[in-house]
Amino acid sequence: MEFFNRMIGRKKSAGNAKERLQLVLIHDRTDLAPSALNAMKDELIEVISRYVEIDPTAVSINIAKEGRSQRLVADIPLRISNRRRLK
Amino acid sequence: MTAKVATVTSGKGGVGKTTAVANIAVGLASLGQRVVCIDGDIGLRNLDVVLGLENRIVYDLVDVVEGRCRLRQAMIRDKRLPELYLIPASQTRDKSAVSPSDMVRLCDDLRQECDWILIDSPAGIERGFRNSIAAANLVLVMTNPEVSAVRDADRVIGLLDAEEKGPVHLVINRIKPSMVKRGDMLSVEDVLDLLAIHLIGIVPDDENVIVASNRGTPLAFDNKSKAGMAFHNIARRLMGEDVPFVDVENQGFLQRLFSGRK
Repeated sequence: MEFFNRMIGRKKSAGNAKERLQLVLIHDRTDLAPSALNAMKDELIEVISRYVEIDPTAVSINIAKEGRSQRLVADIPLRISNRRRLK
Repeated sequence: MTAKVATVTSGKGGVGKTTAVANIAVGLASLGQRVVCIDGDIGLRNLDVVLGLENRIVYDLVDVVEGRCRLRQAMIRDKRLPELYLIPASQTRDKSAVSPSDMVRLCDDLRQECDWILIDSPAGIERGFRNSIAAANLVLVMTNPEVSAVRDADRVIGLLDAEEKGPVHLVINRIKPSMVKRGDMLSVEDVLDLLAIHLIGIVPDDENVIVASNRGTPLAFDNKSKAGMAFHNIARRLMGEDVPFVDVENQGFLQRLFSGRK
């Protein structure tokens, strides 16, 4: 059975349980639904774009876990400004 | 004497709170401690049957709170150990018959008379839970290595955090080593990683728990079973002893020989 599962690439169920719990617990603890996180991301992109040029598709916002506390981590790569490039 | 009040709670029902309270109480009492267990599950009392004391109930927790009897009269002494007592829950009332401040008052009166007060909290996060944690000096959160039990334990830990109740310790109950081994059950490490709180006990799944409750004789009376030993170890850790954890996930002799784990 184990061999068979590995052949068809099915994951062990404990791994499923852990992954699913990691996500569920983040949202339970922060009371922040995935949809709210996405809305926040869109608004952040909009605000930041007013000041600096960024690549909206490369922006990622995640909740990172440290023990029982969570932190919001945003990774926002900046684009090299066109004006600079021309100089 | 100033007792420590330890509450056993879980969020989810059926994870083994009552069994744990009975067995940890037996463990502490057999270390010479004077222990009073309180069944906090008003309306659904069970600690009495697990301890085998159901035939000796005259007064209950609500009788004490409402002044129909003295505290001493509601304390049923377990004759198998010198200093083990039970204050049973009322079966005919509901959680609203007792308030958190009633529990604080009751435990304050009781503190002078014993070393430990163990409170068996009902499942859920409502009044019965609030009553049960009101007087707690420490809380044992029980869980099983299973998604819904872990999720509810996390919720309860969050609530205890918000109430600044603590310290909070984790008991993982009903580990099945063979399932963990084949990757179909969350391991102790997985659960600890998810919940990120201090571990105080690992209890393997054990059919003897049912045999023991059938008889009304908690496992911890007999030192032979694995689960009984695990509860004794929790009692010793509560006493401040540094008891190493038995690696329940790798217990077989052959498994130990061939696996790289300690």
